[in-house]
Amino acid sequence: MSIAPDHDTRVRPAATREEDYLWTLNFGPQHPATHTTLRLVLKLEGERVVDAMPEMGYLHSGFEKIGEHLTFNQYVTVTDRMNYISPMANNVAWHHAVETLLGIDLTPRCKVIRTIVAELARISDHLLCNGAVGLDTGAFTFFLYGFYQREVIYDIFETLCGARFTNSYTRVGGVSHDFTPLVIEKIRTFLRTFPKTLNDMERLLTRNRIFVDRTKGVGVLTKEEAINGGASGPVARASGVTRDLRKDEPYLAYADYDFQVCCAAAGDCYARYLVRMQEMRESLKILNQAIENIPAGEVNVGVDQRVGRPSKEQVYSTIEGTISHFELSMSNRTFEVPYEESYAAIEAPNGELGFYVVGDGDDTAYRARCRPPSVLHFSLFPQLIRGHTLSDVVAVLGSLNIIAAELDR
Amino acid sequence: MTPPSPTADIVPALMARFPGLETSAYRGQTRVVVGEPVSLEVLSFLAAAGFDLLVDVTCVDYLEYRGATRRYGLVYLLASTATADRLTVRVFVDDPTPAVRSVVGLWRSADWLEREVWDMFGIDFVGHPDLRRLMMPEQFTAHPLRKDYPLQGRGERHNFPVLTREDG
Repeated sequence: MSIAPDHDTRVRPAATREEDYLWTLNFGPQHPATHTTLRLVLKLEGERVVDAMPEMGYLHSGFEKIGEHLTFNQYVTVTDRMNYISPMANNVAWHHAVETLLGIDLTPRCKVIRTIVAELARISDHLLCNGAVGLDTGAFTFFLYGFYQREVIYDIFETLCGARFTNSYTRVGGVSHDFTPLVIEKIRTFLRTFPKTLNDMERLLTRNRIFVDRTKGVGVLTKEEAINGGASGPVARASGVTRDLRKDEPYLAYADYDFQVCCAAAGDCYARYLVRMQEMRESLKILNQAIENIPAGEVNVGVDQRVGRPSKEQVYSTIEGTISHFELSMSNRTFEVPYEESYAAIEAPNGELGFYVVGDGDDTAYRARCRPPSVLHFSLFPQLIRGHTLSDVVAVLGSLNIIAAELDR
Repeated sequence: MTPPSPTADIVPALMARFPGLETSAYRGQTRVVVGEPVSLEVLSFLAAAGFDLLVDVTCVDYLEYRGATRRYGLVYLLASTATADRLTVRVFVDDPTPAVRSVVGLWRSADWLEREVWDMFGIDFVGHPDLRRLMMPEQFTAHPLRKDYPLQGRGERHNFPVLTREDG
């Protein structure tokens, strides 16, 4: 059977362009696989993604504007809401920036405690992120293994400060609650039991044929693109960028611990999965060293620094405590803040999370800029997805770990 | 013992190449104040000198700030992935038409960061390929992070056009 050679030209209008065969798919802002409120406008040719246009702002809540109206200690509650997957890391990042501006040196005990909660936050973030990648590519059991362990971490945080999700744990110059023996015991139990789950998770997915086929070679980010596009954290490290602020500019107690920076060279979704899995093992190494070596002594900075509320005992039995409590309680007599500005960042689970804080004399920031890793990762999305299929969208999106609340702030 | 910081070498080279720049330091962070006319040249120089990572572009509105003479202070946070060095570049611009040249050609990460600054502060980035609002809706006319914009807004939220199911 043969078709007349001019068959096609007779049916099609002469001026047909390539774009006429493309169709547009609106992915989000409400879609179970975006996990959060963000939108993608995909241009498809059949099942193949020709182009993607990411849209954000659906969750914009003006956090930076609020930061100019809340005091340094109040604003920590807002940083919880920026990244509900690892709020502890955000708390630590915010007060790290404030203390850099004020020039406060934390007590050794506080440094170690903050390191421990930040690393627990990293494990809980990576569990959810990798779990969600598994979930979106069809591995539901893997997700449940991860989520069960997240519950254990939630329990630790609840024992520590009373809140499971929105911890608001740090304060200027310290933390809201010191570690109790029960908290330490729960963390030790977690450190004993978690490696088994981690091994199970790796056995479930790392060599799983379907998962490897779905993620290997998908969404490749080269090292040059990663640096030029401002990627940080596991996304950059999976592309071979050896940047980790815990090593490059050691903050808190990280300089004291033996751990490695996890990198991969491939830059695809599978590499990002592997980097996150390995980072959890490195976090366990840090936690094991830290939990057995918590320095004794005060957790908050001394009364003489005039930044943290003194304990009730100090208020009622010492004159310094009474004065300090009075000064900090009166809204017109808070601690001294220089007319200066500084930037400080930590290696949050998602990448470099920094705050550019401008001080103007009182304990409310003049400007509280948050440098969110998700924004830059989301802006890389179109180049990662071009040429892949519609079903790869969720794998790439999951492996970038886009948190809409952090994206929009 | 910390190794000598390459920033120490780059800043004098920068000062020699562009005379008249002001530098300052606070808490170990070096800052260079650059005039708007040469901002792109200075940032190109720094990009070529090894600052391959543009960490952040943001802005501060100094409207009510003590002792401030210029209104908008742009902040470019640069870093080097090889040496882990950091450098802050400040560019000041003023009303009525705050504008600065875009650095998207140097670092792609500037794309969305500059869009955000345009959205929040109304700073025009000349040469930006796609300077649209990033977070606020297109119909929005104000720039909410300016200091003369009230915390509770100007009622935009109540006057937004509502799309009903019938219209949609």
